[in-house]
Formats: sequence, structure tokens, C-alpha cells
Amino acid sequence: MLILRYAIYRFGTMLLTLLVVSALIFVIINLPPGDFLSNQIAELKSTGQSAGVAKAEFLRKEYALDRPLWQQYLIWVGFIPGPHGFSGLIQGDFGWSFSAERPVAEIVGDALWLTVLVNLAAVGFVYLVALPLGVLAAARSRTWVDYSSAFVGYLGLATPNFLLALILFYYGHRYMNLPIGGLMDPSFEGQPMSWEKVRSILLHLIVPTFVIGTSGAAAMMQRLRANMLDELGKPYVETAIAKGMSPQRMLVKYPLRVAFNPFVADIGNLLPSMVSGSVLVSVVLGLQTIGPILLTALKTQDQFLAGFVLMFVALLTLLGTMISDVLLVLLDPRIRYEGREA
Amino acid sequence: MTPLLAVEDLSVGFGRGEPVVRGVSFAVNPGETLALVGESGSGKTVTCRAILRILPRSAQIRSGRILFSPQSGTVDLAAMPRRALRAVRGNTVAMIFQEPMRSLSPLHTLGNQVSEVLCLHRNKSGAEAKRQVLDTFARVGFPDPERAFASYPFEMSGGMRQRAMIAMAMVGKPDLLIADEPTTALDVTTQAQVLGLIRELQEETGMALILVTHDLGVVANMAEQVVVMHKGRIMEAGRAEAVLGAPAHPYTRQLFDAAPSIPEATEASAQPREDLILELKGVSKTYTMRAKSAWKPEVLIHACRGVDLALPRGRTLAIVGESGSGKTTAARIALGAEKPDAGGEVLFRPEKGSAPIAVHDLNREARAAFQRQAQMVFQDPYSSLSPRMRILEALCEPLEIHDIGSKGERRDRAAAMLAQVGLSSEMLMRYPHAFSGGQRQRLSIARALMLNPSLLVCDEPTSALDVSVQEQILTLLEDIRDRLGLSYLFISHDLAVVARIADEVAVMRQGLVVEQAPPEVLFHNPRHPYTRALIAAQPVPDMACPINLKLVALGAGSPDSWPEAFRFSNAVVPSLMQVDPGHKVRCHV
Repeated sequence: MLILRYAIYRFGTMLLTLLVVSALIFVIINLPPGDFLSNQIAELKSTGQSAGVAKAEFLRKEYALDRPLWQQYLIWVGFIPGPHGFSGLIQGDFGWSFSAERPVAEIVGDALWLTVLVNLAAVGFVYLVALPLGVLAAARSRTWVDYSSAFVGYLGLATPNFLLALILFYYGHRYMNLPIGGLMDPSFEGQPMSWEKVRSILLHLIVPTFVIGTSGAAAMMQRLRANMLDELGKPYVETAIAKGMSPQRMLVKYPLRVAFNPFVADIGNLLPSMVSGSVLVSVVLGLQTIGPILLTALKTQDQFLAGFVLMFVALLTLLGTMISDVLLVLLDPRIRYEGREA
Repeated sequence: MTPLLAVEDLSVGFGRGEPVVRGVSFAVNPGETLALVGESGSGKTVTCRAILRILPRSAQIRSGRILFSPQSGTVDLAAMPRRALRAVRGNTVAMIFQEPMRSLSPLHTLGNQVSEVLCLHRNKSGAEAKRQVLDTFARVGFPDPERAFASYPFEMSGGMRQRAMIAMAMVGKPDLLIADEPTTALDVTTQAQVLGLIRELQEETGMALILVTHDLGVVANMAEQVVVMHKGRIMEAGRAEAVLGAPAHPYTRQLFDAAPSIPEATEASAQPREDLILELKGVSKTYTMRAKSAWKPEVLIHACRGVDLALPRGRTLAIVGESGSGKTTAARIALGAEKPDAGGEVLFRPEKGSAPIAVHDLNREARAAFQRQAQMVFQDPYSSLSPRMRILEALCEPLEIHDIGSKGERRDRAAAMLAQVGLSSEMLMRYPHAFSGGQRQRLSIARALMLNPSLLVCDEPTSALDVSVQEQILTLLEDIRDRLGLSYLFISHDLAVVARIADEVAVMRQGLVVEQAPPEVLFHNPRHPYTRALIAAQPVPDMACPINLKLVALGAGSPDSWPEAFRFSNAVVPSLMQVDPGHKVRCHV
């Protein structure tokens, strides 16, 4: 029950934070002078194309860009009605992309869940690799196991992601017949879900997951190793040995449980760093994730598109921290019983 | 009779270094208690850990045999394969460690950690194991075993955690229990109770006990055999009566001389009380603990309640009490580090006859001036000196903060202060790690003296030190007090230390001063049951004076279990009554 109450409380604070973030995002996007349409109008005017100007002026009205900034913000979020009544983020209307001349929802569409998919796969990869290697490196510290895993880890940290992507691309295709580029076979794009499509996506996921996850896994492994080494020196480990536990069981039951906390706490940080960190990789690998879209939107001052993508990344971050906070409360009685009388 | 455990010619070394335990031999008979005595670095802990081979990875047993002979036959623990050794650990030989605060996993319930022993060695689990664990919990003195079973260690006090450790060791009914300084981290009354518990359990089960300790008082209360170690070698061994009664080896005698003890009765000296350097008047401190939910009221913790203390110039006032008694809070308030609740005030007189200044009502400059006058010596010399600062920098820092003197003058003063505390000025360029615990405490004292203060607050300055070093530090403190005319506010949990250095002692419990008197009066005519318990719980290195557990239990319990005249609760608190001149007791009339 306590957990449920905490989760609800945490969800509430998350929504509040999201609200603050939305304001910040909107302000920052509007910091550079002008907007997409006024730039366009200026350009059209200078080249004397008055037909386009009328359309742009129409769009400015249509999307309330002629109103003061704070009103624009409230309309964008959906707190006050715009020219067409309430239609903001809350109502599920993500706005119009001026550069693509399509609704934001349509552009982002598939990229949204593909982004989630790629990043979840990468996070899973990070944890799957870092957990056993980190524990092993700590348990066998200062042996060849430790040194070689550290070596591989540093290699992973030091290699630029896109370079790794290119290398894997080439060799993966050449020796293992892994598909190149994209997140699915082009023939499945826009098709409804089918087993064949799922299979194709999974195959295409292998290289991106590896590329995006490697440096995270290396860092995480080093961190887990250091935490484990700290814990291994604690007296309760001796107590467990004195009880007659086997080393493997002892390792998993006691120090790992304690060293696991920072591991869990990292979920929140991992997600956003991967989303933003994978932009370059996505460009190189031609992944239809949200990263490249964000890049172009920011460059062209396409404010609704950029705003939406940033909000989405913020949501991912906040969800990640919320999940890790709730998990920590589940995992650690010290947090759970804070304030309970002894 | 074959001994239960015979250690023969044991040598243990780290890496390629010299052995730290050399040629140690001793034997423990079934049901017998053997005490391994020594100061830090004597190798006593390494020796006891070598028995179960719970040693750091770089340590190896270089030679010797550890013959363990339970009913099933004799085995050599030193040569046993690891897997077979695991069947011995926690099963026939169990171990208790020094720090109950850290020796239990914070993330598992006590029940889980204790029943694990049964699961490992008796193949029991679930309800059966739980029943047995609950029995053991009840036996070691948990008032509510069911609740303890589901509790996490951090919900328990130190004494209760150590009881849980004992339960963990006892639940498998071992033939031999190895206790490595089991009571060093505990308050003296708790120590007495835990020692009493171990003795009782031993009589009940007939197990043998190896007790590692630095405290000869504990030895006198527990042991039949004594092994005194120094620098990895055995100095003296034999029956406890013989070793304690007539120590043959000079090192043993040195340990005896260093052990602080409560002195014989002397004439109480009348105290001139007119020139007070520090006065605490009606000082209370209430902390508010955040309630766990918005619906419940906040929990108020009364760290200090109406504390009145006065420290005459050139004297030592000691505050004694267990952890959580409010003694450190009182000291922090006296230094101005913390504000008392409204109504309390702290007065400080920089010089004889000068107007008192209210410590908590100072402007910036007056505060800086007060800080120059009042300095503090901390408990743990290992963490109170920055490892990244040279001694010179650490010593000169107070002068730099208060902008006193030139660089050369500061340096000269630092050298002079080192000389004051018995260190040489060549050490100025060293880093703290190059010093022993006792030397570090000397450095902390030198640092406190740098500003030429008139008041020193010493917060348990010797409790982290070995007995012989403790003796030296106390001598040093007495010496500089008399030489420099300092006044001390001395915080301690150790009555014997206080007996030696204090002119007046205030005993605190739950934020209240329960008894206050000069040490001669307090120790020989204690009135309050808690003071009596404290004195009774003090282990004396004399086998003829065992700890009187009844007296300890009477006073160490919660204040509502005290005799009628002394009882208090949160609502009703008796006042501090003057029973004799200079002797105050908190009791109902």
C-alpha cells in the first residue's frame, strides 16, 4: 500500500515537473529571434513572391503565432482555446510542422515508438552486459578477468559511437549477413504489423543496440565494479562468510543487493542520454528515430515539431526517473521505512 | 581431555611482508573461555580470524596447525579445503564481530539473516526455521521476537543488533564461539548486559568461547584463560587468576597500569565557584523529526532538557552518558554550533571578572572572537584531520581564518604547539597518514591550541584509542590544562576516564542531567540508579569484583522502570535536588 501511495505521489510530481519543463522548452525554442513563418515571409518578400506571403500570414493566424508568447504557450499546451478551440498537447494535438507542411503527429508517428524500442533495447543491453561483467570483475578483482574486462570496457568507452557503427555495419553485413541501415526492411515500411515485420525489425535492431549501448555498458560496468568492491570490504560480508555461505551465493545475496541501488537509480539518466546521444548514430545508421527529426526541426526553427520532440524526450526522462525511484523504494527498506519509529 | 581447539605455532603474514602473527599457540577446552588480549596491531584479531580463515585476500597462513576436535573427530582447519571449511563456519564454530552497526546487511530482515544459518547447516527452512529463530530471539532478550524477525537492522539500537548477531551465532548451537571485541562499540551498560548474556548462554549450552578484547576489565569478568599478545607474539598466557592477579610479563603490567579505573575515595575538595568561564542556563534542544506522512504529527526529540551547568575557570567539567543522552548536543550548544530552544542561554566570560557574553547572541566580530577563545577536540583522530593537508597547513589554518600573524610567525607557533603536545617540529611537513592514532590526537589537540583558547571542548577524545595511548593523551590534557590555565568541557561515556580528569561530573540520560557531583562523591556515594548502573557496569580488571548485573539492569532500563523516587516520563520530570553540598540528584522528594 505504501508503495502504491508513493507511486501515485511520484506520478503527481512528475506531471508538475512536466508542466515546468514544457514552459522552459517553449521559452528556449522561442529565444532565437523570429520564427519559421516570419523568416519565410521575410524571405518571400525579399524575392517578391507575394502569393506565398499570404499563405504564411494565414498560417501565422491559424497557429496563433501573432499572439503574445504566453498566450502561444497556453494554446500550445491546451490550457486556453486557440483559433480553433482547445487543441493543445493535452488534447492530443501536437501541432503543425511548417517545414514538412504536415501535422507533427504524422511526421513523428513511427519514429516515436521506434525510438522507444531502440532505446529500451539499448538499455536492456547495457544492463545485461554490465551486470554479470561488473560483478565478475569485482569478485575476481586484480586478476586477468578484471583486467581484460576493464580493457574491453575502456575500448568501449573510447571508441566513438558512429565509428563503431560503421565498423559493425561493414563486418556485420559481410560475415553475418546482418541488414544495413534503417530499422526494418524498406518493403515493410508503412505496412501493418506482421511476424515478418517483427522479425525484420529485430534483425535490424542488433547493430544499433550494440552501438548505442556499448559505451553505456562500459561505464555502468565500471561503476558496478567499484560499488561492489566497496561493498565487499564491508563487515556484513565477513558475517556472511562466517556463516558458511558459498562465495557465489553470498555475493549475489548481500553485496550485489546493496550495489544494485545505484544501478537502478541510473535508469533515469540512461534513457535521455541515449536518446540525445544516439542522434549521430541514427544519422549514420539511417534509423528512423526521433533524433534526426529533432536536429532538423531545431535548425529550421520549426517550433511545434521541435517542441514536441523535446517534450517527448523530457517525458522519457521523467518516466525513467520515476520508475527508478519507485523501484528503489521497493528494493531498499532504508528508503521505505524512513521515519518509521524503531 | 583433548582441547576443543588447539592452535599450534600459527604464523600469518600479509603479502611478502614480515608475519604479523608469529608462532602463536594456545588451546581452548570445551566450555571454557579464553581471552585474547592486546592493543591494536597486536595481531589478536588476525589470530582469531585465522581460525575460520576469514582473512583479507593478501593474508596467508604461513605455518602452524589449527586442530579443531568436536565430537566427530579432529580436523586441521588451517589445511582444510574451502568447501569443507564452509560446513564448519557458522555451524560448529560461530563468530561475532565488533561493529554490530555494520556487521548485518542493511537490506535484509534480521529474521532472514539469522534463519539463513539454519537453512545452510541444518537444511531447515520456512516455518520450522522461523520457530527456532524466534526461540533464539526470545532467549537473547528481544522483547518481541516476532517483531524483531521482521525488522531491519537499522531499526534497532546497537545493543539490540549485537543481540541479533549473538542470536545468529547461537542459533546453530556451535561448539565454539569466537567473539571479536563484541562489546567495544557499545555503551558500558549495554556492554555489561551483552557480556552477561554471552556468559549465560555459555553456561546453558556448554560451548567454548574465544573472546578477543583490549579491555582487561572484560577479561576479568569473562575469562578462565588469558593470552596476552603484543606485536604478533604471545607475551604471557595462563589461567586468568594467575595472569590478572600477578602479571609476570612487563607488557601485561604496563597494560594494567594504563587501564583507567575509578579511584579510591578521597576527601572531597571544596570548590571555589565564583569565577565561571562557561555557564549553561536552562538549555533545552528539541529536534523535530519529519513524520512519515502528512497525517501524523511530527515527532519531537528532546535532546537536552533544561540543562544547567557551570564550569569554573581552570577546571574540568565532564558530561557522562550513553549514546543518545544529549551530551554531545549540550557541548555543541556550549560552543555556539547549535542554537538552544528559546529560554536557554549560554554565558561565556573571556577573563576573570569580565562581563559575560551570551554565546548565541553575538554579532560577527564578537562571534569570531568567541571562536578564538573556545576550541574543540574531536573524537575520531582518523577523520578529523584532512588527509590532503600537511600538518603545517592543518595547524596554521585557524590562524589564517582569523588572520593572525605572518607566515613565519604562524609557522613558529605551529612548531611551538607541536612541542607542547610532545611531537617534534620536524613532523610539520608530513601528512596525517604518517601518524599513529595517538599522535593524531596530539595533532588535533595542537590544532585546537593554535588560537590560544581559554576553553577546550573535548568530545570523547580518547575513546578511539588504545588503553596505553589513552593514558598518555589524558596525561597530556591534564598537563596542558595546568600549564596553560585551560578550562575543559569534557564529554565521555567512560566513567573511569572521567574520574581521572574531571573536577565535576554531570551524568546525563535522555537529555536530562540525573546526577551531578565531584567525582569523589559521585563514584563513592552515587544516589541515582542510573549512575549506580554506570558504575556497576564498568568492568574492573580484578576477578574478585565481577559486574553486578542486577544493579546494571536496575538503572540501565528505561526511566519509567526506575524506583518510584527517580521515575520520570515525558510529562512528569522530577527536579534536580541538592542532597549534599555540591551533590545534586534528580529525584522526587
